[in-house]
Amino acid sequence: MPQSSIKDYLHESQLFLGRVIVSGTLVILILAALIGRLFYLQVENHDHFTTLSQDNRVKLEPLPPTRGLIYDRHGAILAQNLPAYSLEIIPEKITNLDSTIQQLSEIIAISEDDISRFHRLRKQRRRFDSIPIRVRLKDEEVARIAVNRHRFPGVDVKAALLRDYPQHMKTAHLLGYVGRINEQELQVIDTSNYSGTSFIGKNGVEKSYESLLHGEVGLQQVEVNAKGRVLRVLENQPPQPGENLHLFLDMDLQSTALEALGEYNGAVAAIDIQTGGILTLVSKPGYDPNLFVEGISTKAYEALENSLDNPLFNRAIRGQYPPGSTVKPFIGLAGLEYDVVGYHQETYCPGYYQLPGKEHKYRDWKKWGHGKVDLQRAIVESCDVYYYELARTLGIDRLYEFLSGFGFGQPTRVDLDGELSGLMPSRHWKQQKRREPWYPGETLIVGIGQGYFLATPLQLASATATLANQGHRIRPRVVATIEQSDGTMRESPMIIDELQPLNTDHWSQIIDAMSLVVEGTRGTARSIRSNDYRIAGKTGTAQVFSVKQDEEYDEELISKRKRDHALFIAFAPIENPRIAIAVIVENGGHGGSVAAPIARKVMDRYLSGTSRMVVSDAG
Amino acid sequence: MRAKAQLTFHESQPAQASGLLAWLHIDLPLLTSLVLLSGIGLSILYSAGDREMVLLQKQLIRLGFGFVALFALAQIHPANIRRWSPLLYSVGIVMLLSVILFGETGKGAQRWLDLGFLRFQPSEMFKLTLPMLIAWYLADHRLPPNPTRLIMAGLFTLVPVLLIAKQPDLGTALLVGTGGAFALFLAGISWRLITSIGLVMAALGPVAWYFMHEYQRQRVLTFLNPESDPLGTGYHIIQSKIAIGSGGISGKGWLNGTQSHLEFLPERHTDFIFAVISEEFGLVGILALLSLYLFIILRGLYIATQAQDTFGRILAGSLSLVFFVYLFVNAGMVTGLLPVVGVPLPLISYGGTSLVTILASFGMLMSIHTHKKLLPT
Repeated sequence: MPQSSIKDYLHESQLFLGRVIVSGTLVILILAALIGRLFYLQVENHDHFTTLSQDNRVKLEPLPPTRGLIYDRHGAILAQNLPAYSLEIIPEKITNLDSTIQQLSEIIAISEDDISRFHRLRKQRRRFDSIPIRVRLKDEEVARIAVNRHRFPGVDVKAALLRDYPQHMKTAHLLGYVGRINEQELQVIDTSNYSGTSFIGKNGVEKSYESLLHGEVGLQQVEVNAKGRVLRVLENQPPQPGENLHLFLDMDLQSTALEALGEYNGAVAAIDIQTGGILTLVSKPGYDPNLFVEGISTKAYEALENSLDNPLFNRAIRGQYPPGSTVKPFIGLAGLEYDVVGYHQETYCPGYYQLPGKEHKYRDWKKWGHGKVDLQRAIVESCDVYYYELARTLGIDRLYEFLSGFGFGQPTRVDLDGELSGLMPSRHWKQQKRREPWYPGETLIVGIGQGYFLATPLQLASATATLANQGHRIRPRVVATIEQSDGTMRESPMIIDELQPLNTDHWSQIIDAMSLVVEGTRGTARSIRSNDYRIAGKTGTAQVFSVKQDEEYDEELISKRKRDHALFIAFAPIENPRIAIAVIVENGGHGGSVAAPIARKVMDRYLSGTSRMVVSDAG
Repeated sequence: MRAKAQLTFHESQPAQASGLLAWLHIDLPLLTSLVLLSGIGLSILYSAGDREMVLLQKQLIRLGFGFVALFALAQIHPANIRRWSPLLYSVGIVMLLSVILFGETGKGAQRWLDLGFLRFQPSEMFKLTLPMLIAWYLADHRLPPNPTRLIMAGLFTLVPVLLIAKQPDLGTALLVGTGGAFALFLAGISWRLITSIGLVMAALGPVAWYFMHEYQRQRVLTFLNPESDPLGTGYHIIQSKIAIGSGGISGKGWLNGTQSHLEFLPERHTDFIFAVISEEFGLVGILALLSLYLFIILRGLYIATQAQDTFGRILAGSLSLVFFVYLFVNAGMVTGLLPVVGVPLPLISYGGTSLVTILASFGMLMSIHTHKKLLPT
């Protein structure tokens, strides 16, 4: 190869030119592929990526509505929203929770209860949720945290409106309270409407009227950066605040009733006869609902839960008591209506009653008997023997049918959650529940409101109002008017369940007898006779069950708790009935001496005009 | 032979007339497009860096250095560049070894050598010295190279590539490797050999996988399926694609890219600046930019064809093609065509010794193109 060591320039440059052309072509082809890719991303999938880019940048933030307020009939505020600061921690952002809490407690007071509540809430919530460690911070505490804030990433002071109940325990059972939404509630509620809300009604009016009080969530579209910080608001759809509720409740009466109960536990239910509006609904003892709003401490809750006085129990609508002699006017009316007795038809009362062919003696409360008794006297003096006989004559079926007409044994369907229905026993019920036939002796004790017979205080008040209305059974209700956010008011509907039309004379006769309970010289409630207006009433006494095995043996306590419950039902004024009331005083002894004066005080307050009705008109 | 070479030489002297430029050894079309590209780069950096002037100043200083290097190298005669090639290469190898032994660790990889007055990335200079060495080694002899020379050239390429890959700096190793490969390709090695090397490389893929660092493997996996880890390693690619795609045909406008300005796009002023351009200027803007790049590459290849000798041809061609690889690897990564490899968008991405290196390589191209009065050796 002669030319092997000599470079062939022409050949080499041609070879090189070829390679450059190949390279240049490849460069153009690859760039074309790149452009194809860009076309695919920017033109073909432009919409898709635009959506993703929008999703990145725009976040929807819920704007929680302000919860509706609750007022009494005179405009006194019962439930409001107060601005409050709380110290909150996002657990996800904290490496060592315990030491963070420890360091925080050096700045502001954090109790054991706060910490345990925090840990309890933490288990229920997701890791990136903000969880309160301290609530209702004072201004000084907020300032102290602000100074140290840089030390605590993931810890923040949050301002929020907190539900507040200025009447504290006076309205606890009636209003209920709001609390943080829990797992079960989360499954029931419309999560989008609650997306900005952390509280929900747990009890009472707060629960029953949750949908009205809550309102509609608002939304704002905000632009955020990659770290989630809001840069500007793009669009704003304001929330629709919850509706305000105006109750029939008269706070004055409520306080009067509570005060009148004094040391006793018990319940008072008072109804405006014309409307069915609940003027007073007291269950004593109560509790402070404000404790529950931000989560009650376990210790405080256990104290309430384990108290023998059972403060969390709403006696007014859930307490089922034997109505005792308070049912006598109703049964008397049944006797007249079924024409098995006349108003002045007499029966002899020897102090006891025996079923034909039976040994057992059914006792009257008056050992030596009332002597000759007609229906009027039987009501005025509360003769048991007369009612044993009347009940036997009527029989359980007619008793059941007639008393059911007054609402016994059924829920009143009041606009409150959790009401119990009491118990109006019947053959059918006994066969169903006890798998036993009905015994004649059981009819007798139904006649004096004992045995299986149970009624709630609200049921008794409602039945009394029905009696005063001569058969118009108006459904009791708590809320009078609903005020929308624009100020328009709408009334809550009045629902009337008519009774079978009865003989007008019979109503008058029974009401006449009930007036004599108060006004007659031998009336069981003669102590509450008023010179200003006329009251129709009926006392009652309910036997208490024997002491339970698991209760602690404390002689004084037990002897007190063994005492009978005192009952009283009444309405007034007789000529133009306005208020119907039922009072139950637990372990109060006799209805006439303990329960009746309480009812009198409430009625006085309502009817005497000293009620704040005038005051509120001025203000 | 000589006459013919001189003939072609004389025919290719169009720039001869323009006196000042010739005296400065400047190729005007190349310089104009490089300045234009740098200017565009600065304006995009202003947007991508959220109007941070400090960023702009620092980049301006680097560009200044780069253009000074360009002018300086343009003055050096290709014969001198050629003469210095083996020495520069050897010094580079020594430096690479010392980086591995004494180097400073930055971002989890040893790349920097602290010379006291400046921190220096020796791997970067191989983007220049490797094509230089291969061109020097092959230019004296008949092309295409015989097997012995071929093997030697292969070894010259492999040694720095492996040393750089060990730092580890996969991006630079790749660019350096392609620089060597292009030099061999332009030297005219047979297509059969090219095919065989391609096959061997493909077969070596799994072996390379075995030697890869965890983060490198992760990048490959993420490339194959970015949605598998949208908040972790896939985040870059997903956000980058969103930025590009949402830019559409006409873009969101300068300074108005939501992906970049709201910080969704990571590394937006460095490796992912291509996505910022796509978002703000759309397909139209990107096409204009790619045209400018294409012009620079084709001008470089044209200079290579017009070069006076084999050394100049191979060097000019390789450097132009390495510039293209920069562009393609970066754009491919940002658009999700290639795995994430830390390669900047040439002359636009913020920072890096690469800016200076790239401008220096164009200085050599200009030197090759403008020193043609002397006869070839």
